[in-house]
Amino acid sequence: MSRTPQNSATKISSFVLIIIFIGLALSLSALMVALAYFGSGNEVLAGYFLLVGFLGVALSTYVLFQTRRRIMRLKIEVPPVTTTIECRKCGFKSVREFQRGDYIFKEVEPCQKCNDKMLITAIYREVKEKLSP
Amino acid sequence: MYVMIREVEGSLYKLKYIKDEGRKTAIETIKEIGKPQADPTARVDRFLEYFTISPQSLDPAGVVWKLEHILDVRDVRFKDEVKFMTPAADEIQVNNLENTLEAAMALNYIYKVIRHYYLLGKKTLSLYIIMQLQMILPLIMREAEAYASALKAFAYGQPIGDGAGALVAAKLMYGHEKRKIPKDCVVATVPIEGRTAYVIKAEGPGGNVGKVGDGIKTIIEENEGKIATIIMIDAAMKLEGEEIGEVAEGVGAAIGGPGVDQFKIEESILKYRIPINAVIVKEDIGDAVSPMRKEIFDAVDKTIERIKQVILEKTKEGDKVIIAGVGNTIGIAQ
Repeated sequence: MSRTPQNSATKISSFVLIIIFIGLALSLSALMVALAYFGSGNEVLAGYFLLVGFLGVALSTYVLFQTRRRIMRLKIEVPPVTTTIECRKCGFKSVREFQRGDYIFKEVEPCQKCNDKMLITAIYREVKEKLSP
Repeated sequence: MYVMIREVEGSLYKLKYIKDEGRKTAIETIKEIGKPQADPTARVDRFLEYFTISPQSLDPAGVVWKLEHILDVRDVRFKDEVKFMTPAADEIQVNNLENTLEAAMALNYIYKVIRHYYLLGKKTLSLYIIMQLQMILPLIMREAEAYASALKAFAYGQPIGDGAGALVAAKLMYGHEKRKIPKDCVVATVPIEGRTAYVIKAEGPGGNVGKVGDGIKTIIEENEGKIATIIMIDAAMKLEGEEIGEVAEGVGAAIGGPGVDQFKIEESILKYRIPINAVIVKEDIGDAVSPMRKEIFDAVDKTIERIKQVILEKTKEGDKVIIAGVGNTIGIAQ
């Protein structure tokens, strides 16, 4: 029942992705240059590159995370629905996942215990409420 | 204003996604169930753009019958269209698919209206248009999300929260002889607490609300108005803070929709001065159109107890009563 959405609203623009990854690559290069400057003793320049590098990495990661979050928000949740099957004669009960074609008061497979016909007596979904203050 | 526009834009993105998913679900379900020979996409797209013009009410006399006629024509048109798209589907599946398409249609309409005001607001740079849109959006998004889950429920034929009334009637009439009554309804004569109860519901298990108003009118006429009381059961909107599945009791015709059925019931009961009682199961819009929640399912037995209590208190032994379970009977047989 759950499918991966492939929709124009959920696609990340390849242009945006390229920009993010270029930004990330430049930031990482800045960090590496900073390390090289540290090695050569030029600490002031190393400090600047370090700052630019860290800011770039943080910004690129944030933008990437935000884009992913938008897609997560767009997913339609399909709650699991259960079907309860009951034997009217012996009272045997079984619960399974809903299957297409199920409906309340539908006669289904014979009872495992008494071989009498079983009946779908309930179809519902259970929702776990989020606790509010 | 920029912040508001960005907010509306974000919601519009989400609405577009929901609308596209709805369209996709409808097309996939039609292909899966109906086994059409040609690709139904173009026909579905045309269906999504259908509209209904309500009758002119400058002279309100007789407007109910005009509205009923328009709705009948719409219903027949929709059903024909779905049958054409799904040659392999049976009657139950046709009803379910019709409901699926109607939900997709509602999503399409919501998206287009919001887009219209968003673009209008941007074009005219009107703060007031954007502000109104931004203020009302949380409620609209709730409704759109409700339709999105309804779409899945209709496509799979699952009982929905709105079917609480129909489920009550189904439980009462199960095991008793049933007969069809106009329009798309069934009735069973059930002995309850020494009274004769005519239990009415829309015919299931396909997605169908029937014309309960016509059904009640038929039974009243058959009994020449000798009905001690009518009890209507329906799902009703709960207020924030109220519990889902709470059962409440009152008087009046508990039936939603465009008002045609309520009008007919009120006309019939007025003619014979029949008292009318209502028992409602409370739920919000999201619960009403999405797969039935356990709380609503559990409320059905409480509702039956409440009905028996009303019968004992308001009628005498040997009386005849009508019990009408109102709502979409998708996934609920009888």
